[in-house]
Amino acid sequence: MRTRLNGQAQAALLFLLGATVLHAGLTDLHLRYVKAGLRPLLLLSGVVLIATAAATVWYEWRRPPHPGESHREPRVAWLLAVPLFALILVAPPALGSYSATHTGTALQKPLGFPELPARGPLRLGVGEYAARAVYDNGRHLRDRPIRITGFLAMSGSDDPYLVRMGLNCCAADAQPVKIALTGELPPVLRPDTWLEVTGTYTPRRTRDPVNDGPVPYFEVTRAEPVPAPRDPYDAAWDG
Amino acid sequence: MATTTSPPRGPGGPEPEPPAPAPEPPAPAPGRDTPPEKSHHLSSPLLLTLVLLTAVMFQGPVRGALAAPVMQSWMTVFVAVVVQALPFLVLGVLLSAAIAVFVPPSFFARALPKRPALAVPVAGAAGAVLPGCECASVPVAGALVRRGVAPAAALAFLLSAPAINPIVLTATAVAFPGNPEMVLARFVASLLVACAMGWLWQRLGRTDWLRPPSRSSYEGQSRGAAFWGSVRHDVMHAGGFLVVGAMAAATLKAVVPAEWLRAAADHPVLSVLVLAVLAVLLSICSEADAFVAASLTQFSLTARLAFLVVGPMIDLKLFAMQAGTFGRSFALRFAPTTFVLAVAVSVLTGAVLL
Repeated sequence: MRTRLNGQAQAALLFLLGATVLHAGLTDLHLRYVKAGLRPLLLLSGVVLIATAAATVWYEWRRPPHPGESHREPRVAWLLAVPLFALILVAPPALGSYSATHTGTALQKPLGFPELPARGPLRLGVGEYAARAVYDNGRHLRDRPIRITGFLAMSGSDDPYLVRMGLNCCAADAQPVKIALTGELPPVLRPDTWLEVTGTYTPRRTRDPVNDGPVPYFEVTRAEPVPAPRDPYDAAWDG
Repeated sequence: MATTTSPPRGPGGPEPEPPAPAPEPPAPAPGRDTPPEKSHHLSSPLLLTLVLLTAVMFQGPVRGALAAPVMQSWMTVFVAVVVQALPFLVLGVLLSAAIAVFVPPSFFARALPKRPALAVPVAGAAGAVLPGCECASVPVAGALVRRGVAPAAALAFLLSAPAINPIVLTATAVAFPGNPEMVLARFVASLLVACAMGWLWQRLGRTDWLRPPSRSSYEGQSRGAAFWGSVRHDVMHAGGFLVVGAMAAATLKAVVPAEWLRAAADHPVLSVLVLAVLAVLLSICSEADAFVAASLTQFSLTARLAFLVVGPMIDLKLFAMQAGTFGRSFALRFAPTTFVLAVAVSVLTGAVLL
């Protein structure tokens, strides 16, 4: 393709890119790819891109370029249309079971364990349960009902995993934390289904086949499918 | 959207040529095709419209083709890298346009020491004040060169800014709660490499490796026109190369199996090289790479330091952006040298501090 972008095509591309970024920032779409904290910057950059498009049109209209003066950009600028299509037409889903089974569990010893209510049912995140089970020997978890939400991932012949991905920056560095499920599971399990499992702590552990990381078990008594949460990544997992 | 009525001398325009336009100034504008082709190729607004319409018409089959899990995770990572980097790119572009338009060249002449040998460490240390990742530093360094800053000093800034700014150092401290010496090691090693590369360029670099500023000068334009022209140019240019880099990073993320890493981690020399190469291939933004390094627990601290020093200085996305800003013959020499030097300095720093 020999065609380079002239001023109008650039303005159109900049406008579309800015509008797409604004759309992703104003809806929950951006939560599939980046952390919620980036939102103000996303909105700002969307506005700047649209303003640049407007300025390009305005200055071309006010003062058409002289012959020999060029506003054309190299062909590589065409590639900016690719993320545009990807976001508008496809809007790829948040990372799911495929990445989870290909990446080792990222469970790390936390700095400390905040106090939990002494008795009664608990609602924990996947990462929180796994960290307490592995590094705190399940101290506050024994003999009480616990409820955890995550999505399913299968790894060959082993027990299914309940997974939540965590982000440090964007989905490119997403890492899973996994819990192996045992007990009363539904007969048919489909990967990427979001489940809310109720059950109890068990000291049993296994190792992640990918990176040999520790994976605690969870004894399920009830499993219910739930809709995917607004932010599919583990929000409590901030560094 | 865009119509083809008014583009001046547009390819589809009703101009009575073909003979080459006589009054064309001697310096040919870089983006211009040769005149005889004008009559039979599409104008870019029309082509953009056609591409958009085709994509919308065929979105069903396209979606079907992209439904495979590998493709989906590739797309997600690709979009994530672009969405994450774009705001920082836009900030860097705004800053570089402000430097190019509102800061007079005499400011840099006064702010930086006269002797380039001294200007290099000053510029390197000044990198600490640009809070962003590497996508912002490339356009800013380009603007500095265009503003008459010695290339050696601008390159030291280019290398140090993404690695030693407060946000990145804080992230490193948070990611390595048990090893605070990692922050110091990262700071020292990155600054050393940046200064060494600056001095090396000053001794051995040749100006003809650097592409002369390709953009038309903004003389005779109003400041507003010059500012927005610069923003538009840099977004189109650096944005295109960002997309190239994001595609490469997503591909490698989808292709490289995690088992290979485990095999390499046991070997002391190999582990450093593997993580250095991984830093180049993954192209993670420098604000996040510390967390990824922290999760690579099977590797030694020195190997992970190499990951943290190499990543912000040279990776696929940066190479594409540097080649776009400074020219390919520059990037082909600069990138391998930076890589070797960064690995060597990381090993030395690791031996002393870690």
